[in-house]
Amino acid sequence: MKIVVCVKQVPEGNVRLDPETNNLCREGVGAVINPYDLHALEEAVRLKEEHSCTVTVISMGPPQAEDVLRESLARGADHGYLICDRAFAGSDTLATTYTLSRAIEKIGGADLILCGKLAIDGDTAQVGPELASWLGIPHVAAVRKVVLTAADRKFTVERMMDDGYEEVEVEYPALFTVVREINKPRFSSLKGKMRAKKADIPVLTSKDIEADDRYVGLRGSPTWVSGVFAPEQPDSRGRRIEGTAEEQASDLAEILSPLI
Amino acid sequence: MLRINIDACNGCGLCEQTCAVDAIHVVDGIAEIEQESCTGCGGCVDVCEPAALFMEGQELEEKNNALAEWSGIWIYAECRNGELAPVSLELLGEGRRLADIRETKLSAVLFTDETSNLTAQLISHGADTVYLVENPIFGNFYEDANAAVLTDLARRYKPETILAGATAIGRSFIPRVAASLRTGLTADCTCLGIQENGDLLQSRPAFGGNVMAAVLCSGTRPQMATVHPMVMKPLETDPDRKGEVVKVDVEESLFDTKIRVNNFVPLESEGVALNEADIVVAGGRGLENEEGFKLVEELAEVLGGAVAASRAAVDSGWISATRMVGQTGQTVRPRIYIACGISGAIQHTVGMQSAETIIAINRDPDAPVFDIATYGVVGDAFEVLPRLIEKLKQMKA
Repeated sequence: MKIVVCVKQVPEGNVRLDPETNNLCREGVGAVINPYDLHALEEAVRLKEEHSCTVTVISMGPPQAEDVLRESLARGADHGYLICDRAFAGSDTLATTYTLSRAIEKIGGADLILCGKLAIDGDTAQVGPELASWLGIPHVAAVRKVVLTAADRKFTVERMMDDGYEEVEVEYPALFTVVREINKPRFSSLKGKMRAKKADIPVLTSKDIEADDRYVGLRGSPTWVSGVFAPEQPDSRGRRIEGTAEEQASDLAEILSPLI
Repeated sequence: MLRINIDACNGCGLCEQTCAVDAIHVVDGIAEIEQESCTGCGGCVDVCEPAALFMEGQELEEKNNALAEWSGIWIYAECRNGELAPVSLELLGEGRRLADIRETKLSAVLFTDETSNLTAQLISHGADTVYLVENPIFGNFYEDANAAVLTDLARRYKPETILAGATAIGRSFIPRVAASLRTGLTADCTCLGIQENGDLLQSRPAFGGNVMAAVLCSGTRPQMATVHPMVMKPLETDPDRKGEVVKVDVEESLFDTKIRVNNFVPLESEGVALNEADIVVAGGRGLENEEGFKLVEELAEVLGGAVAASRAAVDSGWISATRMVGQTGQTVRPRIYIACGISGAIQHTVGMQSAETIIAINRDPDAPVFDIATYGVVGDAFEVLPRLIEKLKQMKA
């Protein structure tokens, strides 16, 4: 069985707005693998241990996104591909998922595609379902458990709903986005790190994946950010409770007393 | 008009050097355009290596000609176990407001497995038309079938805008519809507006910080957004409102699904359920560690309230992600919300700002949480909370 895991490199920590100019401050922001994607990778590696699978990790991003692919290899993935081309700059989720779908087809398709439920920088949770749509395969979002029954070519998964979870069955090929409760990612082994260091990570360009240039980058992105601004909080600044910690605690206890 | 994609801009400054009329300045690593000075010569677009600058309109001209064929605002009326999700009524309230500005019709799309009086409820809450698709399959949620049917309806009736709730269901299948329609989708919006040309201004917290981004989808239709629950206001129900119900027949093959739903298990939660709690006690980064977070749990226990957390506390592993409140987590509307060591970035406050009473405890007097707090305690949670817990215990005894 072929498993493809999509990973994204995201900024470490929060980006903030300069309160004077409303510009984004990007200085001193490191880059890490999107935390949700670590769980997708762990689930793929776990399936590999139970069944015979190959795990391929792909990432679309700038050249430095190679780092997250090496980290994925160190954590147990077999192959990594970097999908990188200046033509991809400015992609929204539609252009991103078109590009990912082309890349997955180019590297021979997949029986199972795993993604994190969302990336912590974009926060859209759209890439998984949109990718499944381009590939014409079913998806299940927000999955917290995956069981493979290889004999029946199907997965039994638990998907999170707002009021509980549901057990659903899906034949593969299929795509799942996973939540963080699904597993506990392991750290990379020394052996894995050594292997990852030496591994060859091919770069796939727009030409390599035979992308239609009407669907990639800015041209293929229907949405665009027209501006950023500081949020308007409903200013209901209430009463300040002053004094020592003891006095503050007394005042709060007083306010809360009707509830006890 | 010259536009910039701020995500792509690397702040190299080549555009600034190239511009003959001094209309571009790189400020804090991002090129800014002075539209008044820009002559639209396009010289900067040619030198922009990451292709961040672009001339809006050029490529979209052909598409724009067809845009006028799309009209009206649709909301997806989410229905589960024969009942409308509360967000559907909120969408009708907001959709009505937008439709009136745009002087267009508001329609609700309802997929259901049984004939019900939900259509009347949708009309009394603001819908002019209800597009109704009835099929036994809609007793459960199937990502692929739901998407196929909504895609088909959108192609046939051509709405200008489609709104859906940013619920587990909406956030799962709506992206599939957007991709099939080759159009844009903005996730989890908290503020919507409509421009004179009909473009939907879709705003949402972004970039993981205390920042809002405004997103447009100018060149394709329908323009689509999922909307955060409990942000928009439903209308008062008006039983005299008139509306039309259109029963839509859909090709049988669209109901085909590769998914089988076996069984549903309601969320078993340790302690009080978050979305039903009268009192919610939440902790954030300021509690420093798992030990510190225990204070929140203790206070919740004394008050008989539910425990909640900001993303920082969840990411640190102090508590399960099911307890997260905010943009990515749950939205709550309790009588009292006590925020301990939470700075109050928009990511968090969007999930709790409609609480009746908000009590905030934070060391930083400038923390944004104090802007929305009914009672603000500038102080150390480690000093205040143990004393408060002790006092409440005494009162109880």
